[in-house]
Amino acid sequence: MDELIFFINRVLISGTVLGSIYALGAVGVTLIFGILRFAHFAHGDMMTMGAFVAFVLAAALTAMGIVTPLPMGFVVLPLAMIITAVLALGLDKGFYAPLRERGARPVTLLIASIGVTLMIQGLTRLIFGSGTRTFFESESKDIFRIDMSWAGGSRPISITEPQIIMFVVTALIVVALHLFLTRSRLGKAMRAMADNAALAQVSGINTALVVRVTWVIAGALACVAGTMLALDVALMPDLAFNIVLPIFAAAIVGGLGHAYGAIVGGFLIAFAETMAVFNWTAVLRPLNGILPEGMALPANLAVVPTEYKLTVAFVILVITLLVRPTGIFKGAST
Amino acid sequence: MPLIELKHVVGGYGGAPILNGVNMAIEASDIGVIVGPNGAGKSTTLKAIFGLLRVTGGTIDFGGENIANSLPDKLVPKGLSFVPQEKNVFTSMTVEENLEMGAFTRSDDFRPTMDWVYGMFPVLAEKRRQPAGELSGGQRQMVAMGRALMSKPKLLMLDEPSAGLSPRYVIEIFETIVRVNKEGVGILMVEQNARQALAFASKGFVLAQGQNRFTGTGPELIADPEVAKSFLGG
Amino acid sequence: MSAAATTSPKGWDSPLRRGLMLFAAMFLVVVAVGVAQGTASMLLILVQATAFALIALGLNIQWGYGGLFNFAIMGFLMVGGASTVFLSYPVNAAFWDSEGPMMLGRALLAFLAGLVLVLLARQSHRIGLRGKAKTTLVVLAWIAGYIIYRSQIDPAAAYIESTAGFIGGLGLHPVLGWAFGGLVSAVIAFFIGKISLGLRTDYLAIATIGISEILRALIKNMDWLTRGTMTVSPMPWPTPLPQQLQAWGSSIPESFMLARVWFLVLATIVLIAAFIIVERAYGGPWGRMMRAIRDNHIAASSMGKDVTGRQLELFIFGSVLMGIGGAILATFTQIFDPSGYQPINHTFMVWVMVIVGGAGNNWGVVLGAFLIYIVWIISDPLAQLIFLNLSSLTESIGWGAIPEIDSRSLQMRVFVLGVVITIALRYAPKGLIPEVVRREG
Ligand SMILES: Nc1ncnc2c1ncn2[C@@H]1O[C@H](COP(=O)(O)OP(=O)(O)OP(=O)(O)O)[C@@H](O)[C@H]1O
Ligand SMILES: [Mg+2]
Repeated sequence: MDELIFFINRVLISGTVLGSIYALGAVGVTLIFGILRFAHFAHGDMMTMGAFVAFVLAAALTAMGIVTPLPMGFVVLPLAMIITAVLALGLDKGFYAPLRERGARPVTLLIASIGVTLMIQGLTRLIFGSGTRTFFESESKDIFRIDMSWAGGSRPISITEPQIIMFVVTALIVVALHLFLTRSRLGKAMRAMADNAALAQVSGINTALVVRVTWVIAGALACVAGTMLALDVALMPDLAFNIVLPIFAAAIVGGLGHAYGAIVGGFLIAFAETMAVFNWTAVLRPLNGILPEGMALPANLAVVPTEYKLTVAFVILVITLLVRPTGIFKGAST
Repeated sequence: MPLIELKHVVGGYGGAPILNGVNMAIEASDIGVIVGPNGAGKSTTLKAIFGLLRVTGGTIDFGGENIANSLPDKLVPKGLSFVPQEKNVFTSMTVEENLEMGAFTRSDDFRPTMDWVYGMFPVLAEKRRQPAGELSGGQRQMVAMGRALMSKPKLLMLDEPSAGLSPRYVIEIFETIVRVNKEGVGILMVEQNARQALAFASKGFVLAQGQNRFTGTGPELIADPEVAKSFLGG
Repeated sequence: MSAAATTSPKGWDSPLRRGLMLFAAMFLVVVAVGVAQGTASMLLILVQATAFALIALGLNIQWGYGGLFNFAIMGFLMVGGASTVFLSYPVNAAFWDSEGPMMLGRALLAFLAGLVLVLLARQSHRIGLRGKAKTTLVVLAWIAGYIIYRSQIDPAAAYIESTAGFIGGLGLHPVLGWAFGGLVSAVIAFFIGKISLGLRTDYLAIATIGISEILRALIKNMDWLTRGTMTVSPMPWPTPLPQQLQAWGSSIPESFMLARVWFLVLATIVLIAAFIIVERAYGGPWGRMMRAIRDNHIAASSMGKDVTGRQLELFIFGSVLMGIGGAILATFTQIFDPSGYQPINHTFMVWVMVIVGGAGNNWGVVLGAFLIYIVWIISDPLAQLIFLNLSSLTESIGWGAIPEIDSRSLQMRVFVLGVVITIALRYAPKGLIPEVVRREG
């Protein structure tokens, strides 16, 4: 039983947390690709930016002596999302829209997004320094321990309050996104433009509006993903830069341009990563009892060492590209 | 006053002009058919009207104003609709969603229009929940036309609506076009099945090298020996 | 610049004149840096800029000539650095006297055995296995090969790390180390190219950034091979070190200058040699074919040209220059520190160099490399100056001093780099010295 509890704590819960973060990031990447046809490389930095916005707001509220039952990071989230969405619109207006108007190729926009990456990274470090910060300086991270002794476990299932809220927030966002894309006029227009931009224009769809909505959604979700990452781990300027590979892997595995695919891809990559670095001996130890003498399981039986966690996303990415380049769900190709 | 009038329209894709002075006038009751050899600028004419390329000379009058170089999101509310020749449905979206996209510019209730479209193409009503990408070529063409009709246009422009269809479908599509026209929508279409299309055209235009060669009613053009010889294959 | 453009548009339009003036301007900047920071640090900047010019030439071959996106530059620089460590670092007797070589030999055998397994599985259609069955077998072979290899390499690595530390080098001449860096990069580039060159540009960008990160993770964590985060130093120089010059009677400041001059001469020779080779190749029939492929992929392949093969050549050629450049950088700084490699400093900066200089034009790229490297270096002291002034201002009005000025100013250069590439894309998308469009036939 303890083995199962350990598995739940280490794989199920961490995997879901990581999956939520990847999924929300990947949705932004995939929407931007679907609408604007370029790989928005600065997406990870948009996540960092959003996390810092939330951090500043939370710090400001705390400084004003406001105490809330929920972690401050979540209380300020709606406002932080709005601010990040506006910043995302600004990024587009300032750096991408002028190139599009000139008729630049998508790859030029990709290179432009490197410039944006550098500027955001430079600025955040300039303002906040390169150190690590946490949302939990003044408040504590509540941990819920679900007693499992009734099932014969000696250890509890433990989950932190931010993690629970993360699951709830992610679920709400996924449902809201689904409703938006399938029920609202603008959401359908967005799918239409991702499907066939020329025809969308011919139909009289206000493509400029769709582009703006795309940035708003991508920015807001990046803010949530970044803040969740910061709440779960810590806030660092290069936080999300390291996450850009798994996010793109998730978007590509799910089929670029395909929002649901990105969500599935995000969880897939996250669970693959967590399970790959998980020490299976911890779960399989009971087998030692039945295994013959001298064939005991090694102390560490992880598929890849933790240092190589990144390779997991990469290997999945490469296999997808080789076997099914359009992703699990058929994404917008070419 | 005609519904739409092109006067000496000159335009192209950035290089040398493709259209070198096209003239056309269509009434609301008209079915206009543009024919001509490949590369004559037929599709380009429709795109020029619809603001999809730069018009550098001449005027396009529609509803009493010059609409040259206006973009589709302005033209559709004014009563102009366009069915491109290829890739004219949203393949990943359902039939009904395709139709809805045609009504994007409308803020009033479009259900009656949708019922009208379903009435015109009963097969689409059956397949309303199916992705348009799963339909046959002829059914897709119906979705494309239906989408264009959802904005309640005054003028419907079609680029080779019969391309790639079996003869049975060609007749069906043409019949539908005539029916739409009877309901008060002006038609301007490009056709490769020239004889068949000109047969019911109230205005026919023969285009070559970006200019009008012959203009007349459809039957007149068919009867014209010169047109028949050079453009209708004898 | 715009004033000049309006007064003599003709002169500015002549690429030669434009290039000469820009190079002259760069020379002035270098002299200014020399005056402001001292000759020794100017030389330091110049040597590193030369190495980066070589690296940027490599990217120019890939992106400018071939239109191949490569975000793995950092990876190749690390490979070059690690290779030169292996070849030129002094021999570690403790390792060679231990069980280590034997165990590594076994790991190598295990690796080969795994490889054979996979290759055999891929031939399994010969014994009648097809479709799903074959795929399953190949996957199983991969897994088995991986387990066999891990079962040998893990104990070997642990043993070496606990006894000899790491395997050390071969003690050969550093220039051989540079060549080796190029060679290893070529081999790695071959495999990367084989897998990924068929991909669309955006996929290629993501795939190569992944490869770069994996190379970094490997080099950083294979302590037995590279000493990992414990770093390797001091690396031997191919030219006399300051200490040697001092032993030969130079004064201390003089020795530093002289040593760097010698190194600079050697690095410049490498750069010029590479430049000439690249220019020659690109001017000839090979280059003509490359341009045809880049500008019209489909037509070229329908003309029967082996597009992927040619692209692989470009990718390898460019990566070799990157590997050599990375090796030179590691040798020059005398330390190989895997944690010191960052995508910003080592991948994106090279992109900025190529874009700003002018993709497709070797002169432009070399100019861009020097210019950007200088901008990168002087952004830090400049920002520090600004911050110090600001800080005294905020202090005088009672807001307190700005904290952490040092680390913040260091970040200023990242921001500046972003601003520079943004401006370049917006206002000079073809770069300072644009590609000369050659009329073919
Ligand atoms: N997007 C474009 N960019 C540049 N030139 C174009 C473009 N589309 C068409 N052309 C050129 O414009 C000319 C007219 O093309 P258009 O498509 O109008 O011909 P068409 O009369 O419709 O012929 P078809 O019967 O083959 O459809 C052709 O020479 C074509 O090469
Ligand atoms: Mg046409």
